[in-house]
This record gives sequence, structure tokens and C-alpha cells, in this order.
Amino acid sequence: MEFFSHQTSYPFMATRKVWYTLSAVLMVVSLASFFTRGLNLGIDFTGGVSAEVSFPRAVNADDVRTKLPASGFADPQVQTFGSARDISIRLPPDAKQTATEIRARVETAVKGVDPGATVAQLAVVGPQVGNELKVSAAWALFFTLLLIFGYIAFRFHTWRLSAGAIFAVLHDPILVLGFFSLTQMSFDLAVVAAILAVIGYSLNDTVVVFDRIRERFESNRRSPSDVILDQSINQTLSRTIMTKVVTSLVVVALLLLGGAVLKGFSAALLIGIIAGTYSSIYISSAIALDFGLTAEHVFPSVKKAALDHLP
Amino acid sequence: MLEYARWKYVLVAAVLLLALLFALPNFFGEDPALQLARKDHNPVDANASQTVEAFLTQRGVHFLKSYIDSGRLMVRFANVPDQLAARDAVNEQFTTTYITALSFAPRTPEFLRALGLRPMPLGLDLRGGLYLLYQVDVNAAVAQALDGYAQSARRALAAANIPVTDVSAVGVGTDKPNVRVVLPAAADVNAARNALNLPLQGLSVSTDSLASGSAITGVLTTAQIRERQDYAIQQNITTLRNRVNELGVSEPIVQRQGIDRINVQLPGVQNSAEVKDILGRVATLEWRLVDTQDNAFEAQQTGRAPLGYKLYTHTPSGAPVLLKREVIATGDELTNATTGTSQQGPAVNVKLDARGGDSMLKTTRQNVDKPMAVVLIEKRRETSEVDGKKVSRDVTDEQVISVATIRGIFSNDFQVTGLAAGEARELALLMRSGSLATPIYAIEERAVGPSLGRENIDKGVNALIVGMAAVFIFMAIYYKTFGLVADLVLLANVVLLTALLSMMRASLSLPGIAGIILTVGMAVDANVLIYERIREEVRKGVSPQAAIRAGFEKAFSAIADSNVTTLIAGVVLWVFGTGPIRGFAIVLTLGIATSMFTSLMGSRALLTLMYGGRRKLARLSI
Repeated sequence: MEFFSHQTSYPFMATRKVWYTLSAVLMVVSLASFFTRGLNLGIDFTGGVSAEVSFPRAVNADDVRTKLPASGFADPQVQTFGSARDISIRLPPDAKQTATEIRARVETAVKGVDPGATVAQLAVVGPQVGNELKVSAAWALFFTLLLIFGYIAFRFHTWRLSAGAIFAVLHDPILVLGFFSLTQMSFDLAVVAAILAVIGYSLNDTVVVFDRIRERFESNRRSPSDVILDQSINQTLSRTIMTKVVTSLVVVALLLLGGAVLKGFSAALLIGIIAGTYSSIYISSAIALDFGLTAEHVFPSVKKAALDHLP
Repeated sequence: MLEYARWKYVLVAAVLLLALLFALPNFFGEDPALQLARKDHNPVDANASQTVEAFLTQRGVHFLKSYIDSGRLMVRFANVPDQLAARDAVNEQFTTTYITALSFAPRTPEFLRALGLRPMPLGLDLRGGLYLLYQVDVNAAVAQALDGYAQSARRALAAANIPVTDVSAVGVGTDKPNVRVVLPAAADVNAARNALNLPLQGLSVSTDSLASGSAITGVLTTAQIRERQDYAIQQNITTLRNRVNELGVSEPIVQRQGIDRINVQLPGVQNSAEVKDILGRVATLEWRLVDTQDNAFEAQQTGRAPLGYKLYTHTPSGAPVLLKREVIATGDELTNATTGTSQQGPAVNVKLDARGGDSMLKTTRQNVDKPMAVVLIEKRRETSEVDGKKVSRDVTDEQVISVATIRGIFSNDFQVTGLAAGEARELALLMRSGSLATPIYAIEERAVGPSLGRENIDKGVNALIVGMAAVFIFMAIYYKTFGLVADLVLLANVVLLTALLSMMRASLSLPGIAGIILTVGMAVDANVLIYERIREEVRKGVSPQAAIRAGFEKAFSAIADSNVTTLIAGVVLWVFGTGPIRGFAIVLTLGIATSMFTSLMGSRALLTLMYGGRRKLARLSI
């Protein structure tokens, strides 16, 4: 079986204005949402209390919500997750109370709704831990980007290709952030891990395409750049799609079967993989072309010996 | 012809066989188990295990097998009710000998365990348990050190009859914490500096003149501050470890995290209130003289101690001792207790502050060649249910941790000798746990119920099986025979990854399982790159065997390149992440290595074996 039984020849370069526009719109929407709505940060970052309570029978979230203020919790967020028997409770950080006290009071409150209720999971994160995690997540993001930029500069000898790769590296995580901002899904540490993985993967396809561009330029120095770029993307298209379909298969399995804990993580990966595939096919090479990429940039010193290899 | 060097075949086969062996323990599952540890920390011996087995049989409790693992007895059961029945029976019968803990024991066969092979330990999110992150108040540790200096300074100045306006600890929390001695104009500054030579030893001392007199400042150096902080954290870790051991938790973790944090992981523990009562105990030490005239055994029998003495039954030798009521020095006055060596072998070096030193000097002058004892006193809150109501009461445990003869006159710096190496370490630890504790408080607490842990494992394993099955079927359809080869290679990759993780004893968390699943997805990439290349070559009309060779050779640079970027992300996560996130990073990073190995070497070996020898190969099933 093959997705493309014959070598495809889609005109990616000729239609690039369309794809630029699509990317621009998605990025603007993502950034606008990120800066106006922000992210729904999980307690990893804000500090606070998160409890998951299992009830022996279906329970109304409102019942739990009304019980909590009586136990001294002013601003509880209560929602069901998974099934109607599982409730998640989030409380703002409170420096004055110890985790043990909070736990005891949450337990009292939920047992008031149903004596069979049990606290399946409780996390109390002090505000200073939350702040530190925010800082270390930001550093992790910064260092990943820095190292990847360094790698790109070292790997592609011309800044025209580097510019295309850097764009892809920024494009994909921005769309993931936009997705999390628009849907207001909880943004926790696992999502940051997923975004770093996405940054790694995103470049993966671009590198393979660029590898091919170099190879094509080497064997075909006289063809115009847009032809070479189109050929390179088309020749690697089968591999790009295939790899991403397979990776998406496992990520979808994670999303559907991995449970609530891995939901944000796998959603971030899925969005990132889709964005990454899109940017490496439609955007990163096109940018290099618009920066005037030619064979001369990829192989600055023309040697006769190289020409002898021409078919 | 397609060829592959013989040593490469051997390497691939050897690595995979080893990997299979190391990964094997993970496939046997776990049984409910009861862990028995001796209260006196001695290892459990074979005799004891026979006693326990005989007792369980006599009580009619069914058990599968018992074995001794790092000095603890593990008894395995077929089901949880048996496990609980056994715990109740053992607790009733052996309450003074053993601390019991409910646990899980891997069903690993004997011969694998004998080789030291174990399954990956499961993280708290998969096992259920309690995670606590403690913040150590290192500023308080510095303040305690400064107070000690200030106190010594006051004494020294008083002893030298030098008038003082004020002695105080200043600048705690800044980078220049110091002791400041303010003298009135009438005071002799030089005499004061001389008097302070000894008490402020080690500090960088400076003198400046004020309008109302002068001031002598002793600043703690950065190295001293760090030493103080490290001491405070080590002391708390020691204390926490001792207490965690008493909880009877199987495989607890108490470790330093960062500069001033301690992270405690207690698998299987649910009740955080009880745990924190025990962990939050206050301990102190007392040095007292031993009564050498009266008979302690007699006092134990009659239950009456002579006037002015107190009877202690919890001692290192097991024999009761009578101690004088007067306390020579307390844990608050202990500044350090470390292991060292003396002419008589291992020893504990003890340092007291000035007050403790003075008192010790007075006592030892009059009592050379008489025995002196150290008592560790721990106060804890015990909660029990009486008539359905929870009643708390404070309990004091007193334990004599050392009895030694005073060999000479000493004050604030002395040695306890005549110990075995293990005893010296133990005594130093116990002394430290009774010295003035630096306050700690919990800043993060996560509890995962055991049923949720089970659920998380099931979900993770389900996702892994379904994801892998989907990939396998897809590859087989898409690449036919080559797809099946890729499937085998992927399976080998998972086995290799599991083996590496088991060898590293890295604990597996839910994000870790996600990392394994992701690795399967990503490892396909290398195969796809190779196969697509082979297809391209075949399309060009290259002979099948040459196409395979060209496929591997031409795909190599793309595979290596595309993995570097993921490697970068993995390593950064490893450095910055903690807990489960670090687990994910480890899996991600190792997964890149294993997938490179299996898809480049493993699949090439397999394909060469399949197609290499055939002279007439018309086409490839790809």
C-alpha cells in the first residue's frame, strides 16, 4: 500500500501565499488569545489545592460546590471529570493552612454530600513552589529554543534555511499555546513537557526536507530554486505524512485511553504534530525561497569534481 | 549480494538477549505482600522467617512464599484479604519485634531475583502514596549558629569583666549574617577583642568605632553559611529517615532536592495526618551521669528507682540503667556530632556550645572514670479512637543511646570511643537527630489513592497496547513484509527501553508510560525513512538488494539529524524537570538511543538475513 502511488508534484511554492495567510491568521489568533485570555494555569504553576473525589454514586457538582464554603473554602471550582461519580475540586492557595488541615476539611465537606465519598487524589502546592515551577518551565523553554537555534545555525550553512527552520520552531508551539488559551484547558507541567517535545519533533520534518533540498541542489544545480524545493517536498511527502499518521495513532490512543492526567499532554502533542507537519510542508521551505535561496547558498564553493557527478 | 559484518550480528543478538533478560522481571506482575522489618533495625534472619511462617500456618493464614530482601522479610499472598489477615495476626503476636507494612512484591521467579534483576519501581502516581516536599528554614539554621556565637561572646566578655552595651545576631537572611558586639565608650576595645578571640573563632572579625563607643562585628563567611545550611538539611534528612523507617513503609524515599528542600515519598501511605504527626516529632538529647552504686535490675523488678535517679530500660545493651536526675547538657547545646576515628577505633566527635561546654567541664572534673549516658527523648502525638471519638495524647519515648566512661576532663569538644564502625555512625545520627532542629514545613503535598494508582496503570498499559497494535497493523499493511520486520524491530525497541529503565531503577510514572508510547510512534520514523528510500531506489530500477543497501545508507543522515533535535528537548527537560516530568525526559532520551540502535542495526541485520543470501530476488515485498 502507498498513499501516493506515483511521485506527486504538488505546486507548494506557487501557492505559498495562501499557506502564509493561513499560518498568519492562526498565529495572530493564537497570540491574541494568549495575551488577552491567557492560559488556564494548573496548580503546578499557581499553587493551591486540587482534589479528586470519588463518590459511590452519581453526584451533582453543585451540591459539592455549596458544601465547600461552609468548610471555609471561599472560591472553589468544582467540576465532574471522567464520569458523574468523579469530582475535581480546585481551591486557591492559602498560605495559612497546612496541607493536612486542608485535606481534613475537604474530606469533611465531601462526606457531608455523601458519606461514601473518598479523596482519590489530593495535591497541595505552596505558592512559592508554583512560582519556581513557572520560572523553571520558562527557562526550559528558553534553553530548548536557544540550543535548537544553535543547532540550526550549525546545521544549515545558509541563514535562509535557518530562517525557515526557526520560523517552524516558533510557529508550532505558538499554535499549541493558542489552542490551550482558546479552549482554556488546564495548562500544567506535563503540557510544558509536551511542548518541548513538540519543538523537538517540529524540526524533525523540516530537517528531513532540508536534507533533501541539499541533495537535490547537489545533483541539479541549474534548476530554478522553486522547482528544486517543490521536488524535495514532494519526494519526502510520503515519509512526512506516513510518520505523522503513525505518531498520531499512538497519541490518539493516549488521548482517548490515557485518562484525565494525560489529556492535556496528549492534546498538546497532537496539535503540535499537526502544526509541525503543516509548517514543514507548507511554510519553512517557502520562507527560505522568499529569502532568495539558491544552489549557490547551499554549496558556496563550486568544485568541478562536484559537477562531474551530474547525471 | 547484501552483506552485514558478523560481529554486528553478534552485537545485535547479544544486546537483545541481555535486554530480554533485564526486561523479563517486568512481565510477571505483583502479589500483595507484607513486609516485616525488625524494630531494632537488625536484619531479619532465616530463623526468624521460619518462625513467622510457622506462626502464619498455625493461625491458618494462607501465604504463597516468603523471602528476605535487604534485611526485611517479605511474605507474599494470593489476595488482599489474606494479606490483611496476616498483618493483623503479625501485629498482634510480634508487636515488639517487627514493624509491618503492606506492600506489593514482584512475582519475579527466584533465579531472576538471585541475579539481582528487578522490575522497574513504580512512581507514586501508579502505586498510590504520599509525596511531601519540605522546606528547610535555612535562615533559622544560620540564626541558631549566630545565637551560639553571641552567647559565647557574652560569656567571654562577662568573664573578662568587660562592660557590654549589646550583643546580637544581625543580618540573618542577608549574605552577611553577623554577630555584633556593641561596647560602651568606657570599654577597652583591645581587651574585648582578645577576649572574643576564642568565642568568635573562624568568623571574619572587624572593629569600628561608633559615636557612643565601638562595635566588634564577626561575620559568617559564605563557606560557613553553606556548611550550616548543609548541616541543617542533613540533620533533618537523618531525622526524617529514622522516623520514616518507623512508619514501616516499603521503599520510602527521603532525599534532598535543590538547596533547601527535602522530598519524602511514601508509597502506599494514605493518612497524611498520622504521617505528619510522626515526622513532625520534636526530639532532644540529655547527657546524664550513671548511678554506679544501686542495682538497676532490682529497680526494674520493684519498679522503684532510688531517690534522685531515674530508671531507663531502653538501652543499647538491653540492660536497664539508672541515671542521675541532673542534666549535664541537652540537645539544644549540641552543635555537631560526626563520625571520626580515634586510637581505639571508630568514634563520634561531639561539639557543644559554650554553655554545654562549661557544664561538661564542671562535671567531668569531679567524675573521671565514671560512666556517663546520652538519652534521646522524642515527643510525639498519638491519636487513638476511644468510644468513636478521636483522642490525642502526647507520648514521650526515652531511649539511652550511649553509655561511656569519662576518660578525662573535657568541655565542649570530646569523643565517644569504643564503638564499632556501624555503631559510631548510628550514634552520630541519633545524636544529630536530637540536636536543636532547624524548622521544616511542608510546602507541597500530593496524595494518590491506591485505586487511582491501579487505574492509572491500567489506562497507561491500555493506551500502550492499543497504540502499539494500531502501529503494528498499519505498518504491516503499508509495508507488507518489511512492515512486519519493522514491527519486530519496534517490539525489540520497547524491550530494550524497558531493560534500560529497569537497569537504571528509574521509577516509572504515568508520563513515563506516555514517553514509551511516544517512543514507539517516533521509532517508526526511522523505519519509514529507510523504507521510503528503498522504495525510491526500487522505483529508479535499482536491484532489490542494492536498493536495501542504498536505503540504509542514504537514510542515515536524515535519521541522525532528525533525532538530534528531540534529544536536545529531552536533555533540557531532564535538567529542568522534577518527578514525573524527569521520568518522561529519561524515557524520551533513552528512547532515541534505543530506536536508533534497533532500526539501524537491528532491522538491517534482520533484512540482510532475510534477503542477503538470495541470488534470485525479483522484487521486494515493500
